[in-house]
Amino acid sequence: MGVDNPLGDNIITASLDGLVNWARKSSIWPMTFGLACCAIEMMATGASTHDLDRFGIIFRASPRQSDCIIIAGTVTKKMLPVIKTVYEQMPEPKWVVAMGACACSGGIFDTYSVVQGIDEALPVDVYIPGCPPRPEALLYGLIKLQEKIGRERNSFGSTIGLGERFDSAA
Amino acid sequence: MAQKETMTVNMGPQHPSTHGVLRLIIELDGEIIEKITPHIGYLHRGIEKLSEHRTYHQTLPLTDRMDYLAPMSNNLGYVLAVEKLLGLEVPERAQTVRVITAELTRLKSHLVWLACHALDIGAMTVFLYCFREREKVMSIYEKLSGARMTSNYYRVGGLSADVYAGFEKDVQEILDTFPAHFDTYEGLLTKNTIWLQRTIGNGVISAEDAIDAGITGPALRGSGVDWDLRRDNPYSGYDKYDFKVPVGEKCDTYDRYKVRLVEMREAVKIIDQALKSLKPGPVLAAEPQVCYPPKENVYNSIEGLIHHFKLASEGFAVPEGEVYQSVEAPKGELGYYIVSDGSTKPYRMRVRPPSFVNLSAIERMAKGAMIADLVAVIGTLDIVLGEIDR
Repeated sequence: MGVDNPLGDNIITASLDGLVNWARKSSIWPMTFGLACCAIEMMATGASTHDLDRFGIIFRASPRQSDCIIIAGTVTKKMLPVIKTVYEQMPEPKWVVAMGACACSGGIFDTYSVVQGIDEALPVDVYIPGCPPRPEALLYGLIKLQEKIGRERNSFGSTIGLGERFDSAA
Repeated sequence: MAQKETMTVNMGPQHPSTHGVLRLIIELDGEIIEKITPHIGYLHRGIEKLSEHRTYHQTLPLTDRMDYLAPMSNNLGYVLAVEKLLGLEVPERAQTVRVITAELTRLKSHLVWLACHALDIGAMTVFLYCFREREKVMSIYEKLSGARMTSNYYRVGGLSADVYAGFEKDVQEILDTFPAHFDTYEGLLTKNTIWLQRTIGNGVISAEDAIDAGITGPALRGSGVDWDLRRDNPYSGYDKYDFKVPVGEKCDTYDRYKVRLVEMREAVKIIDQALKSLKPGPVLAAEPQVCYPPKENVYNSIEGLIHHFKLASEGFAVPEGEVYQSVEAPKGELGYYIVSDGSTKPYRMRVRPPSFVNLSAIERMAKGAMIADLVAVIGTLDIVLGEIDR
């Protein structure tokens, strides 16, 4: 062969999108941010039986360190500004998961104090129905989020100022 | 002349140790807590108001979502209150199954308390162990009612359905295995130096102060007050069971920890006695105006069909009057005050949540402590915001 390869077999080639997306989807770090009943199922998903760590999903207590926010529970009008602040504190790229009927649509609480779905304020990537959803449902939703991240194009280029980032339709 | 200045620190509502969306405004003198002002309402969903527009059957699922760590205890308080207004007798089998499931709920709730309390103080392993055991209770819940958390299993007059085949075996497995698990937790914590240093002398509240503040449940018993509604104001046949009410002496976080652990062991004993006394029989009162008829009657008899239609379309009327019924929920005295105007919907439903009242004592418990000890005080209060804000 004409090309000298000093690294031997320790080298693979990949598209930049493929590599960046692989890294991002394999290390989703969600906020430790529970609102109501769904938060307990979120904890159960993270605990021993279901174990989120095997997907590289590790809960972080600070928005500065996280790239995903799981809206786990009822969002009230009093809580909404707090959630927006937390979301704005998270660095790009970031994703939003609406967990449970309340976060998706307000659920059974069609009252004066409850926001009828977090998508009124934040761009939701994955909706998970259920009251509360089972841990398996949350896992399925997070796997769907990983698939969605895997389909993103030019996500790295857009960060360094080259063109636009776009998602292909699901 | 030296001038004293305090610093104000905001904690929450987004904080991993506030057990949800509690917000505390803390005034500090150096690292010493001078004043704590809790701000609540971040999870106010209007459950009491909603119940005024729902029939008595439709209100039941709302109660699941208040103290979501102990849904069956919430259901129990509500159905007992409505049954008291109606003067309805509940079949014995239903009462016994209610006791078994309510005590399973106590186990479930205390397991989450221990998991989170230990995690807040820094013991990660306990969290993983407790949630492992909790899944066992959850699977029984799921087989009974179809839901892991929001069970909605009880009905006014009894239960939605009899227990599934193999229920006794599943519960027996819990009875056989759980005491060894409690030993494991105690082995990890009870004599652990870090645990002792964080909990002994932390969050002290005297018996007198605890009564003044209206604290109930393990938080009150940790202060040495011997008061348990299951024994002192029995409901659902609790007077038939022999169990011990643990009390603490030092009024601190460590004593409340020990009280709750003994309570878990006592819950296992109550379940054991109840399981042994479980006899076959109906699980729903024969009161067609209130309880849904069995499905075969709905399909095969005109009376059954009419009763079903009437209940599903307009619910059942409750005689005019007012009632207060409280139960010993895992967190304390959970009371329902229902005013009825004789219609099919509650005129007013007011809930006395234990967490709300217990939270009011946080300043008495944490004043003068270091700020780092505050998470231990929040943990030992065992609050649930769904219940506080409703």
